[in-house]
Amino acid sequence: MTADHRTQTYNFAYLDEQTKRMIRRAILKAIAIPGYQVPFASREMPMPYGWGTGGVQVTAAILGPEDVLKVIDQGADDTTNAVSIRKFFQRVAGVATTTRTAEATVIQTRHRIPETPLAAGQVLVYQVPIPEPLRFLEPRETETRKMHALEEYGLMHVKLYEDIARNGHIATTYAYPVKVEGRYVMDPSPIPKFDNPKTHMSPALQLFGAGREKRIYALPPHTNVVSLDFEDHPFEVQRFDQPCALCGAGGVYLDEVVLDDRGGRMFVCSDTDHCETRRAAGHRGALAAEAAQ
Amino acid sequence: MYVAVKGGEAAIDNAHRLLADRRRADRAVPALTLDQIAGQLALGVDRVMAEGSLYDRRLAALAVKQARGDLIEAIFLVRAFRTTLPRFGASEPVDTGAMLVERRISACYKDLPGGQLLGPTFDYTHRLLDEALDGDEPVEEGLLADAEGEAVARVTDILGGEGLIEEQVAADAEPGDVNQTPLEFPLSRAMRLQSLARGDEGFLLALGYSTQRGYARSHPFAGEIRIGEVDVEVVLPELGFAVPVGRVQLTECQMVNQFKGSAAAPPQFTRGYGLVFGQSERKAMAMALCDRALRAGELGEDMVAPAQDEEFVLSHCDNVQATGFVEHLKLPHYVDFQAELGLVRTMRAEYEARAGEAEAATREAAE
Repeated sequence: MTADHRTQTYNFAYLDEQTKRMIRRAILKAIAIPGYQVPFASREMPMPYGWGTGGVQVTAAILGPEDVLKVIDQGADDTTNAVSIRKFFQRVAGVATTTRTAEATVIQTRHRIPETPLAAGQVLVYQVPIPEPLRFLEPRETETRKMHALEEYGLMHVKLYEDIARNGHIATTYAYPVKVEGRYVMDPSPIPKFDNPKTHMSPALQLFGAGREKRIYALPPHTNVVSLDFEDHPFEVQRFDQPCALCGAGGVYLDEVVLDDRGGRMFVCSDTDHCETRRAAGHRGALAAEAAQ
Repeated sequence: MYVAVKGGEAAIDNAHRLLADRRRADRAVPALTLDQIAGQLALGVDRVMAEGSLYDRRLAALAVKQARGDLIEAIFLVRAFRTTLPRFGASEPVDTGAMLVERRISACYKDLPGGQLLGPTFDYTHRLLDEALDGDEPVEEGLLADAEGEAVARVTDILGGEGLIEEQVAADAEPGDVNQTPLEFPLSRAMRLQSLARGDEGFLLALGYSTQRGYARSHPFAGEIRIGEVDVEVVLPELGFAVPVGRVQLTECQMVNQFKGSAAAPPQFTRGYGLVFGQSERKAMAMALCDRALRAGELGEDMVAPAQDEEFVLSHCDNVQATGFVEHLKLPHYVDFQAELGLVRTMRAEYEARAGEAEAATREAAE
């Protein structure tokens, strides 16, 4: 896709320059205070609220003509909303796009962090539905802002403790709260807690955009990110009993695919690029031959 | 055999093509023109202008057509367009007292200066389906009163003359703009009114209704409802004075509510205010009820009902936000669902292991 395909009616990357400046100011503030939610004057975007408008605005504000953009949803490049957002930026910014994690300079994501470790210079933009980690404990913004200001996070620990008391486990499996640089408790967006360790000390810049809730927050490169836990109930990530059925990868996050109505299941990489790259390199999973037919 | 889910791109293109096909429907029937929509579905178009926050009937009609008559979708289209427009500044406050009224009624006074003017209202129609409208029978011209177009005093000003209603002081400061600043509670009344003015008609209607049913009752009287055109004036820096740049049609509702007094202040009625683009009386009235309910804190009333809760009302009144977030549940959530599935399976395995142990223990005890 080249610049020729750009829709000329709109500014580069859709937003006008004043709006981009406003968003960049919020991003800079967010980077300066890791984990702190910076209010910003979120705009209406041509896609619905809740469908990635926060991520799209952040991407639009940081994108330059030389950037290479990757968009994933659930780890996959070919899910419909990822396709739609990628097309949007092809149309309004004319930037190059890729599905390769290693080749991208900006990666917009919903619900996953790529399996391929990110490198310095890359930016990961998260789409965030509810930026406030305390929201389901206290619905009022006026209260939660105060709680953050006073570093009053007891309620969150009580919630996690109650999970253990009731279920024997911390029953939070995604959007698992983290503490950033020992200060702000932050919602890493609904990524599975499997991905939480990847946010810690990442060499890439991580930006979080919540459009409907009008908040931006950030993890600068090499930020200390700790998932909340207890000494006797340490934080654990999900484990899968089997490797990916297509590429044989272990230690990655898998999607469960229902094969038939008789309980047939297979598990495949949620990160499609990771899976394809491994298969191209000759790795084969248990069902790879069948699937290739 | 498993085939990975692919082809999102082709699927989207095909879906859009089918959508365009369904939108056009039967090709033997002439396509709707924007003039037809703006002229004959005017109240729907007005709602799109009001909640879309853009006074442009043609674009609103276009949005209604593009959205296949789904007004919230049309409102969304208009909002997504208006957000790309540059902001030149703020107009002078419009003077609704100088409005060229087409409709003006008061439920407080039987007769009053300027009179009651019904205008084009459904109010006293019998709601009987009119089969004649299936065709295109000639329709008589409307009759207009001679006085039409004259400025009429506002009922609240009549009450204000006696000091019977709380005074409202004009603020000189440039009002905030809900488009330019994120909502941070508590909001100024100006920002609150902006949010309400483009809030969802249905949501505000239900909340306003709830105040009438005892959830923050405010004893409202429809002091005045007026619909008509007002001049919009802008101060041009080169000239140094305000010049009219156009006219907009507005619906204004001034509710006169429960009085309040104290040792320091004599009893006075209080106000609830509604102002909406176009002709939209239901919305203006609902907005006025909600505005009054939201003033509970300022007026020292007990906070007992949802309609009084600023954060609750204003965080949820925007239908573009609401529809987006509700409908985003259609998007894939496989990854998070997988995580929950894993946890439930682990917990069930533990539960069954415990049940098995307990059963074995009972058997042993019995033996």
